[in-house]
Amino acid sequence: MLYEYGHIGILVIIALVFPLGALVTSWAFQYVKIRPTSQPDPVRDDIYECGLRTEGPSLVQFNFRYYYIALLFVLFDVEVIFLFPWARVFDKVGWQGYFEGMAFIGILSLGILYAWRKRALEWKL
Amino acid sequence: MSIPVLALATDHWYDLRDLANISDAILDGADKVLPFGIVYVLAALIGFVASFLIFVLPSQLYLGVYGERKIIGRIQSRYGPNRVGPFGLLQPIADAVKLLTKEALTPKESDRAVMYVAPIIFVMPAVLIFAVIPFGPRMVFANVPVSLLYFMAISSLPVIATFMAGWSANNKYSLFGAMRIVAMAISYEVPLVMALLGAVVVTSGAPYAGDFLNGLALQDMVLWSREFHIWVVFVQPLALVIYFICVSAELNRTPTDIAEAESEIVAGYLTEYSGMKWGLFYGMDIGYALGASAFAATVFLGGWTFFGLEKWVPPWMIFIGKTHLFYFLFIWTRGTLPRLRSDQLMAFAWKFLLPLALFNIFLVATERMIWSSQDYAKGLIYVFAVVNIAVSIAAVYGWARFLGYRPENTPVRPRLVKNAGGYIPVGSEANR
Repeated sequence: MLYEYGHIGILVIIALVFPLGALVTSWAFQYVKIRPTSQPDPVRDDIYECGLRTEGPSLVQFNFRYYYIALLFVLFDVEVIFLFPWARVFDKVGWQGYFEGMAFIGILSLGILYAWRKRALEWKL
Repeated sequence: MSIPVLALATDHWYDLRDLANISDAILDGADKVLPFGIVYVLAALIGFVASFLIFVLPSQLYLGVYGERKIIGRIQSRYGPNRVGPFGLLQPIADAVKLLTKEALTPKESDRAVMYVAPIIFVMPAVLIFAVIPFGPRMVFANVPVSLLYFMAISSLPVIATFMAGWSANNKYSLFGAMRIVAMAISYEVPLVMALLGAVVVTSGAPYAGDFLNGLALQDMVLWSREFHIWVVFVQPLALVIYFICVSAELNRTPTDIAEAESEIVAGYLTEYSGMKWGLFYGMDIGYALGASAFAATVFLGGWTFFGLEKWVPPWMIFIGKTHLFYFLFIWTRGTLPRLRSDQLMAFAWKFLLPLALFNIFLVATERMIWSSQDYAKGLIYVFAVVNIAVSIAAVYGWARFLGYRPENTPVRPRLVKNAGGYIPVGSEANR
């Protein structure tokens, strides 16, 4: 089994070499006069904002509702991790395990209903 | 490994129905002269070269770049690429050369290191997800027993890279795009995983030739559909629909590409990217779409099986055909549907797809219990298929009505200007 994971490890190295190769090739082209060399220029080095100079800091505040979404995601994704082993041994747990799993999913549904009622899924208050 | 390996073809190296024969012949020869470590690395290299040269690279270039642009062009009543080479077939190569030789601008105030690392991190999972996809009975790069979980873990990594790209550019549009993509990707991750759970419930633990299937290995799901002569999609139609919508949202395909919406935020997280750094993002978007199609073809469409046809046609060809068929669905939705609003998309994931996915698990778990108490009767699964298709349509329609969908109240839009009372001649009274 570990034999197979080792192959994935080798693939990680290949996957690292591939984008690095592309970036390095592109970078090296400017020294063999295939690609134009970047000349420093205040307008071109500025960040792009539809042609105007940028105003204020760029890392601005964003909507706090993203945090609600992130919290709900953590909640549900962790629960899913518990459900996959349950699905894997489904034939061994019998009706008892079935009802336990259903109760788990029922509590999960109550969670989403609560978030829904509390308007955590709305983007306007 | 307890996975039963089936010999579909002969084991002569020239039997192209199973390309693993060639690699086995090469590795057996190498085993006699070379030490184990080199043979081990060689096996990985052969697997990489085979899967990428046969499947990923041609598909990516000619379905992803050329075919997608051509098909979308035809959908939008234009020609698509037709200048470079015959029928524009050399367009992908011209694009690659163009991107390699373009000047790579990096803004002065950006975080240069993160900006260069982001595309590399974005590319790596796109290569890694193909490691566990079974192209044929023995053609798996790494036959990991938890390959379904591996796939889900790896395919949720690029979100980090896109957020790095958006954050490092020091641009407001990039930041907005990055926040949108993170919010959308994590919202759609939940129904996606729930939908796949339904497929796991169906396939895991079912008997295969006296042995019991793992169900978390993709090869076992293929063997399941081979054993019971039915694809998972017929038992789980709702799961495939949810999977398709969620994946196209996670991949930023056009009906849901709010993260790089040109009309709102310039190019989202790619605003400051140019040259080869941008090219890596663009190329690997196609790679991810291909990976998702290959995964869907494996889990839902029966992988390399085709009701016994795989004995005559090479299984990897069947698999490639199914993958491209699924990829065509991506192109079709991209060419047809308009972009949705950000809050609508979030609400759709949490209020529509997630309850349906939970209902789907409930339905399939109940059926699975009945099925195993009937000692896995082969006829019963076809009954379940019919029941599930009917129940899925009813559930989607009923839940949509519950959430306020009223098709009878929406005004019928006239198909032609003439039906709307159009065509007012120039100079008539109505035109003044």
